[in-house]
Amino acid sequence: MPELLVLCWEFFKTGLFAVGGGLAALPFLSRMSDAHPDWFTQEMLADMIAVSESTPGPIAINMATYVGYTVSGIFGAILATFSMILPSIIIVVIVAGILEKYISNKYVNGVFSGLRPAVTGLIAAAGYSVLKVSVMITDVPFSLSAPFAAFDWRAVLLLAVLVFFTQFKYTKKIHPVAYIAVSAVIGVLIF
Amino acid sequence: MKELFSLLISFFKIGLFTFGGGYSMLPMLQKEIVEKRGWATEGEILDYFAVSQCAPGAIAVNTAIFVGYRKKKIPGALMSALGIVLPSLIIITIIAALLGNFAHLPAVKSAFAGIRIAACALIISSLIKLIKANVRSAVQIVLAVLSFIIVAVLGQNPIFVVLGAALFGLFTAGRVKADA
Repeated sequence: MPELLVLCWEFFKTGLFAVGGGLAALPFLSRMSDAHPDWFTQEMLADMIAVSESTPGPIAINMATYVGYTVSGIFGAILATFSMILPSIIIVVIVAGILEKYISNKYVNGVFSGLRPAVTGLIAAAGYSVLKVSVMITDVPFSLSAPFAAFDWRAVLLLAVLVFFTQFKYTKKIHPVAYIAVSAVIGVLIF
Repeated sequence: MKELFSLLISFFKIGLFTFGGGYSMLPMLQKEIVEKRGWATEGEILDYFAVSQCAPGAIAVNTAIFVGYRKKKIPGALMSALGIVLPSLIIITIIAALLGNFAHLPAVKSAFAGIRIAACALIISSLIKLIKANVRSAVQIVLAVLSFIIVAVLGQNPIFVVLGAALFGLFTAGRVKADA
């Protein structure tokens, strides 16, 4: 099989079976590296996780673009990325189509009335993990004898100020992009 | 045509400023899709997240496809998908072609330490909005707290939470009041 077809197939499979968000794709990517060592090494995968933390976009998408590019330039990057999201497009369109038909059904409504608070809890859990990496010092373990040593106080202070701005009457309309841009600059200055 | 283009632009913006995993797109989604465009309500965003969590692929991409489909059927789904992956496609191609791994540079590390805090503050603010709209009755509070504990404390797969809550909703359908 020509290499480009193999590339499409590998990322299509990853897109189809990695259920549960970007990180769910990691084991698939790791196996792909074993099967195609000339595409990328495990080490590059680790690097890519670091790069993905510092670039926008889901890691699996970033990885597809990256591998596609190394295999066959810009064309390869586009091909791998679209192979990766093709299963999502097909499945989500089917599900959305079905839901649209039954959205006023009593039972479908019941399902979503149970889901909304649960998903709010999931988002809180995601927020909690971001909170841990952003205000805690990773190499100081949390201990009850010195419970505050594990926190980076500059980070806690910045977080408190930013949360205040999101709630304060005159500043709560500020666009999220402004928060990200300003915090990047503050980060360079204080960390 | 104009609406398809707006879907592309909106999701391009959301893709460009979503750092970290799927749910960190929420603040941008609320701003662009709920407040500015009125394409979905806060509650509908949660429905899309729930389905996206269980469908294959990245949550951010799935959610974009969902919003796009609801707005403009299959062309809308395609445009939204394109919009959300385009920033990755451009940025990662540039990195692969020119930069190599820039994540080790000290200035980049500090900038991202700052960005993570902003992302965190934005998620907290989004959560406050969501809780006000969707977690009010005792049953809802129990569901939300349980779901948080199962994932954040016990480290279980979020898919179990979604499936469990869906079953709960199915069996209590009509008995527990749903909010629009």
